[in-house]
Amino acid sequence: MHSEPLNDRNVSEHSAYYYVDIEEYPTTGWDKFKQVVKRTFRGELFVGLWVVMREMIKFDIHTVKYPLEKLPIGPRYRAVHKLLRLWESGYERCIGCGLCEKICISDCIRMDTKIDENSRKEVTEYSINLGRCIFCGYCAEVCPELAIVHGQRYENGSEQRAHFVIKDDMLTPLDFLTSGQQAEYPGFGAITPNESVTKTPLAY
Amino acid sequence: MNEITITIDGKQVRTQEGEYILNAARANGIFIPAICYLTRCSPTLACRICLVEADGKQVYACNAKAKMGMDINTKTPVIEEEKRAIMEVYDVNHPLECGVCDQSGECELQNYTLEIGVDKQHYSIADTHKPAQDWGLIHYDPALCIMCERCITVCKDMIGDAALSTVARGSEPLDAAFKESMPKDAYAMWNKLNKSLIAPNAGDTLDCTNCGECTAVCPVGALVSSDYQYSSNAWEHQQIPATCAHCSAGCQISYDIKHTDIANPEAKIYRVKNEWNYVSLCGAGRYGYDFQNSNVTKNPVAFDAAIKAFKKADTIAFTSTITNEEAMILQRLKEKLGLKLINNEARVFKNFLDSYSAVSGQSLYSGNLKEVHESDFVVSIGTALKTDNPNARFAMNNALSMNKGAGLYFHPINDPVIEDMSKNLTQFNHAPMMEEAALYLMLDLFGDKTAMPSITVDYLKSFHSLKTVTVEESVDEKVTETVIKKVLNEETGVEEEVSEEVTKTVKKKVSKEIEVDENRLLDLLNAPTGFAETLTKYLAKKEKFSLMVGPDLYTHPNSANCARLVALIEKYTAFNVTMIPNLANTLGVALICDLDEKAGEYTIGYNTAGDFTLSALGNGDLDMPALNQQEGTLTSIDKRVNPTNVALPFGGYTLNDVASALGVSAALSVDYTVQLPVSAGFKAVEFDTLPNHYTNAGEEVRGYVLDTLKVFCGKDENVQAFDEKDAMTTSVVYLANPVLQFTPFTARAHQLNEEGGLYASSEFMSSNGLNLGDNVRVKTPKGEIVVSVINDSKINGDITYLPTFDSKINSQALFGDYRFSNVTIEKV
Ligand code: SF4
Ligand code: SF4
Ligand code: SF4
Ligand code: SF4
Ligand code: SF4
Ligand code: FES
Repeated sequence: MHSEPLNDRNVSEHSAYYYVDIEEYPTTGWDKFKQVVKRTFRGELFVGLWVVMREMIKFDIHTVKYPLEKLPIGPRYRAVHKLLRLWESGYERCIGCGLCEKICISDCIRMDTKIDENSRKEVTEYSINLGRCIFCGYCAEVCPELAIVHGQRYENGSEQRAHFVIKDDMLTPLDFLTSGQQAEYPGFGAITPNESVTKTPLAY
Repeated sequence: MNEITITIDGKQVRTQEGEYILNAARANGIFIPAICYLTRCSPTLACRICLVEADGKQVYACNAKAKMGMDINTKTPVIEEEKRAIMEVYDVNHPLECGVCDQSGECELQNYTLEIGVDKQHYSIADTHKPAQDWGLIHYDPALCIMCERCITVCKDMIGDAALSTVARGSEPLDAAFKESMPKDAYAMWNKLNKSLIAPNAGDTLDCTNCGECTAVCPVGALVSSDYQYSSNAWEHQQIPATCAHCSAGCQISYDIKHTDIANPEAKIYRVKNEWNYVSLCGAGRYGYDFQNSNVTKNPVAFDAAIKAFKKADTIAFTSTITNEEAMILQRLKEKLGLKLINNEARVFKNFLDSYSAVSGQSLYSGNLKEVHESDFVVSIGTALKTDNPNARFAMNNALSMNKGAGLYFHPINDPVIEDMSKNLTQFNHAPMMEEAALYLMLDLFGDKTAMPSITVDYLKSFHSLKTVTVEESVDEKVTETVIKKVLNEETGVEEEVSEEVTKTVKKKVSKEIEVDENRLLDLLNAPTGFAETLTKYLAKKEKFSLMVGPDLYTHPNSANCARLVALIEKYTAFNVTMIPNLANTLGVALICDLDEKAGEYTIGYNTAGDFTLSALGNGDLDMPALNQQEGTLTSIDKRVNPTNVALPFGGYTLNDVASALGVSAALSVDYTVQLPVSAGFKAVEFDTLPNHYTNAGEEVRGYVLDTLKVFCGKDENVQAFDEKDAMTTSVVYLANPVLQFTPFTARAHQLNEEGGLYASSEFMSSNGLNLGDNVRVKTPKGEIVVSVINDSKINGDITYLPTFDSKINSQALFGDYRFSNVTIEKV
């Protein structure tokens, strides 16, 4: 064990950050008003408006009427994650092995585990920071239980950069499960039949 | 031992003659798989995976000794086949639960299965139901156990509790066909594994000193800490190299930290780990890690109050649970502000060292725990070894069990754990105050009488007398008897009686008067009868002698005399001496601070009571960081200055901040590391350059070792006689802590949180009609307190003890300097 990382005692709270060159923000009401006017009546605005106008008069629209219409998404598409349950028992599939957390390339998964009253490992919290997730699918790929999978929800607009999904958002609700709405995941990391896997001999 | 050269896989390596091949390979960076072997313990040959070929013969690397010119091959086709089969066997019926297992990521079964490349299984047997067991601090899951027996080995050879053993597994025998089809060693290993499981000797629960070392050495997730179970995955931790803050052994540990939980990014210590091949922890070190002073913010009002208090104060009282750097700051404050420094426990130790130096001519004792480990005759005087310094106990036990050693243990309290360490160990449960008799006995038994001062020799002679005793001896005696036999007269055909003379030898007991030498010292120390013969047996073929002395001597009313006797022992016997400092940094404080005897009017208490208190225990006027929130150095029993690092953040002020405001300024506390007094043996080394690790060869690369300096000493080797009448023979109470506790800091840890009381043996409780939890009034000449009775099943006899770890019990006030006091105990 070596202690090199501990020797950096640059303890100032902001030491890892520096300010980028940004124009001074207006402070007085008048300056603010001037900034708004300046930004509102820039020439670019009219360029954009003109394109919209031109296309509108053509009456030849090809686009999907989003959000009224949505295109179907391929099974291998990797959007916001889901945590699935076991079909038979309704138990959570996730066993808290931490492999997804370990493999995550953006280090954006965190979970809390504890021992529960049945001496099983219980995942009490599970969160993914979507502000950092790059939707690479490694977590779904590595999961030995097919517990964390990618869903189809791609709308992640948020007013904050750090936007989290937590366990409650991702876990299949029990009534969903009983009404058969939990779809098995055919995408990234799902089992593919593989000739090279052979059965372990058991004596019974 | 000679240095020799051997060849491993074509590489020439140098090693000691008689070193195990495995250790030679490890020291030279050559990898040989090995599961059951523990460095410093005896090879058990349970796993057999360390197979190598030495000079064409298959041997086990962990128990085959290196010989000059040996040619070793670690990879032959036969060996590869054996290893593969061994790993397959280990995987038979092993639950596939790596996903939840606490060992996952640092599991030797995972590692070797991958290393050997087990991708197919050829063996099978019906599984048996093996439910998991809860043993308090420890959790055992037999389903995961691979029966390497490392837990049993470490508990027996290192720790000395020998609390675990094997029991029948209750499974079916192996399929006979395997015997033919399997590699030989793999089959033998499996056959053995299939018969047994681990169980505590005490039955369903574990009755031991709870060091947790068995969980540390377990290669799989079979033995784990109950508290840590399922709370985190091993790889998530950042490991902070540190030095244990609880006792003077100064064990190297790592605090394994991680964020507290999803909502709280603040670091939390989840567990403590150790390099178990080279250092063994006690339970206080392993489980007593969360003693931090948390949720502290900078409170300028309290800080100003502290500065005012310092200006007003004339005394600082403190304990030895501080770093060398803090001790240095206190010393500087003393010099600058003319304060008095009060730390009784370090002061008596310092006085003891000084008196010792006056005779020995050196500033520090000569021994250390490593030498105790290597000894084959170990003596302990004046310390409740098991609890004063658990690692000193491990060292003694390790020496007794690994080096075919023998030992003597002098202490008023009979300790069954010490008793069980070895058959070749004698306990002397002498009366308190008879420690000097023990030291004289050492001189008498082992001293070079021709070189020793003649006064001392004469004094020792005065204890001897010739005594005529009647002994019973059995002698062979020939007796001739006349027996009457019936013989058939062949002529007449009639049976006739014939008398015949027969000579027989019979054993006969005769009493004989002989003169024997009687040693009154042995009587004074309550030696067991026949000790003289026992000792002769003990001393056969012994080469290396170690003596450990402890706090009972430092606090002794005649401690100066004790110290001089210790110096004489070192001088005139073959023993090297190791002194056990009481607390984590008693030695450091003793060397750095000028300590005063009498406190003044207004006292600042640091982690102890005062008119204004600085405290890391969260109960003071100004909060201070605990030792797991500080960087700095601690001085250990091995005279080593060990670095420790910050595991947890601290938001408040440190002692350095206070001192800086008072004009003793430095940017960081660790700026003082380089300034530690060279005149006391410290070295001018920067904190950041201090290493803290062990090498593969087991070399301790930690901090630095203090220089032992020459001290002027006259020729005066006089020692005082002691008075037999001082022996405290009435009811006495002792000042000591129970297993797992040292200071209020250990008691703060959530796993060790407990309340103190009067600790008594079962024997004492039943003979005095006391039950667990009864309140008793403990009255000594100095005062009295009412506490509840707690049973300590790991002591015997009539002496009770009061702890110092519970700050609610002001036990110290009941004692003078000496750790024993006369007492009356009555039920209330
Ligand atoms: S998709 Fe990739 S980046 Fe996102 S959580 Fe999973 S592993 Fe991490
Ligand atoms: S990899 Fe799967 S089972 Fe493991 S912790 Fe992640 S979601 Fe849970
Ligand atoms: S002991 Fe090792 S191999 Fe067994 S379940 Fe635990 S991590 Fe996996
Ligand atoms: S905790 Fe320590 S004393 Fe107890 S069984 Fe384990 S190794 Fe032995
Ligand atoms: S409990 Fe662990 S150390 Fe003990 S025999 Fe089993 S696997 Fe080995
Ligand atoms: S390590 Fe040598 S037999 Fe196990």
